[in-house]
Amino acid sequence: MSRDVITAVDLKKHFLTKAGTVRAADGVTFSIRENETLGLVGESGSGKSTVAYTVMGIYKATSGKLTFKGKDITIDSDHRPKQLKKDIQIVFQDPGSSLNPRLSIRQILDLPIKVHNIADKKNRDNRILELLEMVELPPDYMYKYPRAIGGGERQMVAIARALATDPSFIVLDEPTSALDVSVQAKIINLLLQLQKELNLTYLFITHDLSLMRNMATRVAIMYLGKICEIAPTAEFFKNPRHPYTQMLLSSIPVVSEDEESLKPKKIISQGEIPSPVDVPPGCSFHQRCPKCMDICSRVDPVTVQIGDGHEVRCHLYS
Amino acid sequence: MADRVLDIQDLQVNFDVYGGTLKVLNGVNFHLDEGEKVGLVGETGCGKTTTAKSICKILPVPPSRISGGKILFKGKDILEMNKKEMRQVHATGISMIFQDPTASLNPVFTIGDQLMEAIKYSSLAEGLSRAEIREKAVHALKEVSLPDPERILENYPIQLSGGMRQRICIAMALATQSQLMIADEPTTSLDVTIQDQVLRLLGELVLEKDTSTILISHSLGIVREWTQRVYVMYAGSMVETAHTKDLFAEPLHPYTKGLMDAIPKLTGKGIAQGIEGRIPNYLHPPSGCRFHPRCPKKMPVCSAENPPFFNMGDDHYVACFLYKEQN
Repeated sequence: MSRDVITAVDLKKHFLTKAGTVRAADGVTFSIRENETLGLVGESGSGKSTVAYTVMGIYKATSGKLTFKGKDITIDSDHRPKQLKKDIQIVFQDPGSSLNPRLSIRQILDLPIKVHNIADKKNRDNRILELLEMVELPPDYMYKYPRAIGGGERQMVAIARALATDPSFIVLDEPTSALDVSVQAKIINLLLQLQKELNLTYLFITHDLSLMRNMATRVAIMYLGKICEIAPTAEFFKNPRHPYTQMLLSSIPVVSEDEESLKPKKIISQGEIPSPVDVPPGCSFHQRCPKCMDICSRVDPVTVQIGDGHEVRCHLYS
Repeated sequence: MADRVLDIQDLQVNFDVYGGTLKVLNGVNFHLDEGEKVGLVGETGCGKTTTAKSICKILPVPPSRISGGKILFKGKDILEMNKKEMRQVHATGISMIFQDPTASLNPVFTIGDQLMEAIKYSSLAEGLSRAEIREKAVHALKEVSLPDPERILENYPIQLSGGMRQRICIAMALATQSQLMIADEPTTSLDVTIQDQVLRLLGELVLEKDTSTILISHSLGIVREWTQRVYVMYAGSMVETAHTKDLFAEPLHPYTKGLMDAIPKLTGKGIAQGIEGRIPNYLHPPSGCRFHPRCPKKMPVCSAENPPFFNMGDDHYVACFLYKEQN
């Protein structure tokens, strides 16, 4: 029986701005089991990264509860114990800006090892070599600088840095969206392999649903700070229920007839994601929804369970 | 046979930089017939945008230098045109939509200023008053389904969303009724549902106006849904071209195959290993076929000679020695 590594209950993160309160994450509930990959998918501005940063403690949650292996971690990173920071790591979207350009790869990988006392002074270089080997980079990369290597290789270094502290849970915030598909394939395969070898749990944030089909154990769709559908991957793609999910799936450009037949019937996508300052009343999706009913503009739907682990937040099913 | 709108023959573009010459375009051959929609795909840095910019003659000189080849637009070589002729081409012949609508719109002028300027310098505006030009601008915005066009004309780019800005760029490109439109990754910076809307709109409009279109993209999926014929580009030259449906049914070049395998599929059968290595350094490109250092099927001949296009029938051409025998 696998247990929950991370659980979020009614997690909220609001930002106060001049224009009003931005409800970036507005009551997000999910749990991630050990050795699992939860794919968090949504358009830009849907609050995916806010959820990730709140989990990391970069943001302090406005309300709600966050637990890691049963311990309450609803605190910001300044107040988190070192051990916790060692266990939870993150890989950012753009390795060009998440690696310090003035440090060599050796220095970049050395820092977390030093801070968390992973290896003693004599063995630190060995640990660095071990990390480079894990991400399939040659040992002489130790002495290179981020600018001297390609985008894909930089992301490999960022992954190695996350692995340096021997974490059990890694947040992957769009790690391949800045890369070409040929490079993406390599990184994804590496991540899957590392997950098996090191018994890792991933929260994978992306806007690419086809990628999630091949990577995630479960998929959650986010829209304007709320999760509107969550289901095990196979079920999710076979039987998408939320109108927004159906719209997303039918919008994906695919490369073969086989895939075409898996897409739901074409739903003409309309409208844009509204500003999170000015969230529509009722269901936040109702203005774009092809199946909008009277109730949708008045009452915010609640999440209902419609199958084994399949939850959807839509009046059509309540 | 339809008229040939664009015919690029053996185009070579170099960039003079500190430390040497970047040989970026290495003999590009490309053609486009009237009313055709053609896709151009390849990885980042393979020369897609350089090709597009050469066609529009908007590459900065120096450092760039066109060192050989011809770009025939309606039979006339663009490279030999003078400034006045070129202005005519820009005004009514070729228009381009760039990848990032935020960067291609001027932040300190209103949408109206920019859109009306584009119309003013096209031949459509001859003898028209300012009010009539404005009317045309409003009409152009209506065509791209933007609500409340009168108000948008007064807006600055920052007041609009990414999807709306890209619609404005499309409106601008189509308002001049050009014969050729180049869309350079028009939806890369947009979300998937917005991308779907923008591409659908673009498709309807070019069909309606019968504009010949080049769609540049790194997304094979978009190209498959959108074009009739595809060129696959690698490191400065075309490696394969075919009718879209043939190319996706049976890709021949090892590079095309590698790209197709690397794309995550909805069928969920896992992801192939991708392609080893990366785009070569243009300062010292590999000899022979530029793909050979990454190619899983390389032969001795590959590093010695640059493969020509082999005709595989039905407009399917591939630049790979694997297919020499069958030719």
